[in-house]
Amino acid sequence: MIAWYFKRAIEDILANRFLNAVTIATISLAILIVGFGVLFVENTGDVLAAWKRGARIMAYLKPNATAGAVPRLKWAIQSIDGVATARFIPRDQALAHLRAQMRRQASLFDHLAENPLPDAFEIRLLPTDEGWERIERIAARIGAFADVDDVEYGQQWVATFRSIVDLLRLAGIVTAGLFLLATVAIVANTIRLVIYSRQQEVEIMRLVGASEGFIKAPFYIEGLIQGFAGAVIGLGILFAVFSLLAAGAEQSAVVGLFEIRFLSAEMIAAIVATSMIVGWLGCYVSLSQSLRS
Amino acid sequence: MTDRDADNPIIRLVHVHHTYGRLTALADLTFDVAKNEWVFISGPSGAGKTTLLKLLYFGTRASAGEVIVDGIPLAHLRRNGVPRLRRKCGVIFQDYKLIPGRTVFENVALVLEAAGCERRLISKKVRAVLRMVGMEGHADALPPRLSGGEQQRAAVARAIVGDPKIILADEPTGSLDEESARAVLDLLQTAHIRGATVIIATHDKGMIRSIGGRVLYLNQGRIYAAGHVERHYDRMVL
Repeated sequence: MIAWYFKRAIEDILANRFLNAVTIATISLAILIVGFGVLFVENTGDVLAAWKRGARIMAYLKPNATAGAVPRLKWAIQSIDGVATARFIPRDQALAHLRAQMRRQASLFDHLAENPLPDAFEIRLLPTDEGWERIERIAARIGAFADVDDVEYGQQWVATFRSIVDLLRLAGIVTAGLFLLATVAIVANTIRLVIYSRQQEVEIMRLVGASEGFIKAPFYIEGLIQGFAGAVIGLGILFAVFSLLAAGAEQSAVVGLFEIRFLSAEMIAAIVATSMIVGWLGCYVSLSQSLRS
Repeated sequence: MTDRDADNPIIRLVHVHHTYGRLTALADLTFDVAKNEWVFISGPSGAGKTTLLKLLYFGTRASAGEVIVDGIPLAHLRRNGVPRLRRKCGVIFQDYKLIPGRTVFENVALVLEAAGCERRLISKKVRAVLRMVGMEGHADALPPRLSGGEQQRAAVARAIVGDPKIILADEPTGSLDEESARAVLDLLQTAHIRGATVIIATHDKGMIRSIGGRVLYLNQGRIYAAGHVERHYDRMVL
């Protein structure tokens, strides 16, 4: 029976080629947009995760901190849960490092009466999948030590990046939702036109004892096929565009910080399933309006 | 027909009324049809013959009264029960109602597909029925390319392929030449011999006289006269 339903669905698609092509193209476009959004969110998530894995906190000491306080402070910092290492950087070493880094602007340092840099600790954290709260919590504990003047861990950069990512994610969800809704409406219209063209046939089928399920099943399969085809084409285009962009990115400095990757197999399966559900939904909307007995 | 069949009719109508808006199509019909009976519904155009057949296959619900078909009371029939009722009835429509875009084979096979039969059985039964109605050579033809007689025979094939308990035929020979009409009636008689109850709506007096059986004569939606052709028909229609 399933084979019969598929045969009927394929016959309908072939009989209404143009309508179905437009519908599949629309689904492809929606999937392309949704897929692009998911790709962006997954990769920006990777950037943040990569930063988290190698997270570094700088703790700057007060000018009046004594040399004797350094070992005690180092021990206290290393005892904090989640801290991997704490390396002391004396202010002279920091200045030398800065001079080396800014060799071309060496004249800037010529008139310095004294070293303006404070002593500091460079603290590396243990790799973890925990959220930002952990870094913030550790930074707060370090900042609470009496000899620590200030703590810096790129919080401003991270906050800005996170808010941009969150904003884009929200925009992506809204756009994807609107596109998927529009796609449901377009699939519904296509199926409605197919139903109108088969109205007489449907009536005759009812008269010879066909159940509603028997009549409707091919339409649902048609919707699922449209959804599947749209997803495959949309994801195919997305992969082609991604391959081009990724090839360009390999030559840039971005590579090495994190790996640009395509959607995971699970995400591809989820997108295909979503697309098929959209096709099914469009069919459901249309059948419940047009095929009342 | 045995006494038991008469006590346990396959069709029973009790004080059935049907209206289209303010127009009364059927009024106070009460009659039984026994299993394997052959019944003509006769009367002039507009008498309510087609409406009566529609009530029996639930093409429309009676406005009032009780219609029982093979034990199913149609007044309370729910939507999901309609296909089961219709599979008990093989209907031959006045305008054939063949799907124009499907071949004769596909049109006939539809009944068995809808009933969930296996593909192999469908093919075997459809070919046998098409052979029986003399349409095996037109199995792949589309209905619009066939003559009226051929379309009618295809419609008969569709009506009998599912071995229905009841065959309802609306003017089955109305637009046919004498030879085609005889062939269609032969097919219906074969189905009747095999056990089907046959109800034919027609105003063809010649056909009624030549076959005989029970006749219900409708006029303006009422049973004007009823009886056996051999004894009463000429009196009824005069």
